[in-house]
Amino acid sequence: MTKSTAIAARVLGDETIIMSTVDSTIFMLNPTGTVIWEAADGNTSLSRIVEERVCAEFDVDLEQASADAKEFVDELAVHGILVVSDKPVSQ
Amino acid sequence: MSFPCGGASRHEVVIEIGGIAIALETTDAAFVRILNDRYHDYVKSEVRPGFTFRVDLVPPETFDPESDAEVWFENGEWRMERGDFRARWSPENCEGEISQSANPYSVDSVLRIAHTILLARTGGFLLHASSAVRNGKAFLFSGLSEAGKTTIARLAPCDVELLTDEASYISREAGRYVAYGTPFAGELGAPGKNVSAPIAALYLLEKSPENRIMRVEPAQAVRRLLRNILFFAHDTELVRMVFESACAFVAAVPVFQLSFYPDQRVWELIG
Repeated sequence: MTKSTAIAARVLGDETIIMSTVDSTIFMLNPTGTVIWEAADGNTSLSRIVEERVCAEFDVDLEQASADAKEFVDELAVHGILVVSDKPVSQ
Repeated sequence: MSFPCGGASRHEVVIEIGGIAIALETTDAAFVRILNDRYHDYVKSEVRPGFTFRVDLVPPETFDPESDAEVWFENGEWRMERGDFRARWSPENCEGEISQSANPYSVDSVLRIAHTILLARTGGFLLHASSAVRNGKAFLFSGLSEAGKTTIARLAPCDVELLTDEASYISREAGRYVAYGTPFAGELGAPGKNVSAPIAALYLLEKSPENRIMRVEPAQAVRRLLRNILFFAHDTELVRMVFESACAFVAAVPVFQLSFYPDQRVWELIG
């Protein structure tokens, strides 16, 4: 998965604010969402991000973190903020 | 100022807001009086305009009153349309046209839109906010409808100069932010004072049983600021610029939540 090019984003503290440049919808990411967002480089899988970043930085078990991360990514993908693919995606 | 134009006298009214002068040309003398009345303190006949709009007056029934504002860039021109006007404007030759009926509200909207586009490229923006100058410093009071923008303007003591109760003009100049008065009036129905001052704070308004000020964290400040920035153009590049402008503004200007009881005591906290 990778970040859409049709967005503007800024990490402020441990939160991220993202705005769609298509419809100006605004999204706020909490610290966990920010970690996933920053790691979305088009090459690293979500499962690897959860295992190596989320579980390492937050007190959460792998199963719960994986479910929450999947839901989070699906929601951003619906709004065109993240581009999700089974294969690596060039940024 | 007037000059002949194919048999009809063409009049020019130059309106300067935020240091940007826009000329409106029309052959209708009555419309000139409407413009002079509405923009009174902002009419600067001695200033050379940076942009000119020719205003063609048409019957009100020419348009679909139900259609919302649309702003887009096409073939080198900005196009602006709403239920009560159609306008086009070329940034390259600094000229445009407005087609509307003889009312001050349509041209007011075109001016607002034009200024949002011009400001976006320089780090400024129009904000849905009242604003005022006290002790040489400007204060912005922003919020959605009913948050108290006009209320706080009405409560201002006599040492306060009101810049607007509706649309605040924020300009970035030499790395600092300056608020200018605007003729864009809200419920007060009166234009703001045509003065400017460096911005000392942005207050996000909320009516409350008591007066209280709390600093707003940067991410929340940017989110709430973006909700209140007036921007109409469907243009990816400019939307991205507005986003960056909001982030830069929050990094430079303190943002507070101002919960206030609607009486004059709230102004003891400001200035």
